[in-house]
Amino acid sequence: MSKKHNKLEAKNLNAYYGDFHALKNINIAMDEKNVTAFIGPSGCGKSTFLRTLNRMNDYIEGFRVEGDILLDGRDIYAKDVRVDELRKEVGMVFQKPNPFPKSIFENVVYGLKIQGIKKKSILEEAAEQSLRQAALWEEVKDKLDKSALALSGGQQQRLCIARALAISPSVLLMDEPASALDPISTAKIEELIYELKNDYTIVIVTHNMQQAGRVSDYTAFFYMGELVEYNKTKSMFTSPKNERTQNYITGRFG
Amino acid sequence: MWLGKTTMPGLLKINSTLRVTEKIIEGLLWLSALITILVTIGIIWVLLSESIGFFKEVSIVEFLTEKEWTPLFANKKFGIMPLVAGTLLTTLIAIAVALPIGLTIAIYLNEYAHARMKQIVKPMLEVLATIPTVVYGFFALTVVTPFLQQFIPGLAGFNALSAGIVMGIMIIPMISSLSEDAISSVPRSLREAAYGMGSTRLQTSFGVMVPAASSGIIVSVILAISRAVGETMIVAVAAGQQPRLTMNPLVPIETITTYIVQVSMGDVPQGSLEYKTIFAAGITLFVFTFALNNLSFWIKKKYQEKYD
Repeated sequence: MSKKHNKLEAKNLNAYYGDFHALKNINIAMDEKNVTAFIGPSGCGKSTFLRTLNRMNDYIEGFRVEGDILLDGRDIYAKDVRVDELRKEVGMVFQKPNPFPKSIFENVVYGLKIQGIKKKSILEEAAEQSLRQAALWEEVKDKLDKSALALSGGQQQRLCIARALAISPSVLLMDEPASALDPISTAKIEELIYELKNDYTIVIVTHNMQQAGRVSDYTAFFYMGELVEYNKTKSMFTSPKNERTQNYITGRFG
Repeated sequence: MWLGKTTMPGLLKINSTLRVTEKIIEGLLWLSALITILVTIGIIWVLLSESIGFFKEVSIVEFLTEKEWTPLFANKKFGIMPLVAGTLLTTLIAIAVALPIGLTIAIYLNEYAHARMKQIVKPMLEVLATIPTVVYGFFALTVVTPFLQQFIPGLAGFNALSAGIVMGIMIIPMISSLSEDAISSVPRSLREAAYGMGSTRLQTSFGVMVPAASSGIIVSVILAISRAVGETMIVAVAAGQQPRLTMNPLVPIETITTYIVQVSMGDVPQGSLEYKTIFAAGITLFVFTFALNNLSFWIKKKYQEKYD
């Protein structure tokens, strides 16, 4: 297997909410077309870090970042980076399914429409392809003009994944994408993540240790704003190097 | 049990005084609610009974189809349409001014302004709503009209245009404030979804936030319309008091409210047909605002919390 290149990299990253030091000197490099899981107890900084990767924290007043985050070697916090362009490259799926109050079709093609693509045939083709990728096509192909809000929670979440895929990003950030779903929907999402890593670099935040174990290639354990341990998921779960990691993954706290 | 025997009488006493106070307060609250309802019923009753007297002498068909309104002239004509037209015209102009500006302000405050900016701008806007309307009226007559006359030579000294524009300025805070509330109550997750897809702020505002808040925005516009329809002083001062069936904003017109003021301040004998016209005009106005308020209530109820 050829060596994969560093897709995303953080160098000496510090982040603050006002006076609160939320991320402390994070250094991490994530390979392309891998799944990296961020685990750790609530408030450990894993979601904050995920959201710095597509600058979703920009809108929070008092939030600031020091250090570098490199996407394909390019600093995403550089002055000349347009944040809307960045997010077309780094897609995001949120904890709670958040489809727009529009039809299923309009949801999937939203990202293309805001880029000015109007041609019906292109939009239809992209919609079908993304919905197939998100394993939702068979369930919704006859009701594309129905409201997305009429779908079940699990279907809504897969719709949100399809919506994110439609603009062909290279990175997909997932913030606890299955935490609001039932076990069957969760299994579908996990299966989907497994499929998607062939084409996308995936970073997933999860509270569920088993989930991290099942879906990820690498795992990063965060605690109190620090990156405590980062390793191949297999090694991390069988022989964690740090005592705090061991305590967390064996369920002694968290 | 034996413990209760010594304490019970004292407790009972406190309880009974409490209960009496409780009853008195409840009664007072009930009374204030009752007074409000009685006053409303009283107003509707007066309006109805006096206008029934009017419609005994003037048929509803004439009232609705006659093209002139000259109850105070020798040749009396009782067509409400010129007054309705005047009311609609000024209201239309006011909304055409207030809706784009108000909505822009709402979006700016919600999507672009920093929290500090918002804290300063919002109260400042609400000052607009505290200016007495008669001041607005003279502002329209002595500032806006002469200013507009520089560009529009045909503009009469009294006209619907200035009155409508100034009325629009007056209702901007109503639209901006209520729309801003509606937009900020759209779940944050939707905004994040839009940003996460690479939307710019503008695309997020118009593509996602405004449509999602549309019911609240529509309600704000309807309430603003209802306010404009009922507005009296601005149009009385600046619009001319000449009933005219026209949609030309450059000439003097008269609204329903202005007519009522005109007659109430004049020396029309009580009980005469002329006197009764103000109740007929009043009930027309009441039908308008009542329908608008109910419409907004219905929209709010029907479309609110469509998603959580």
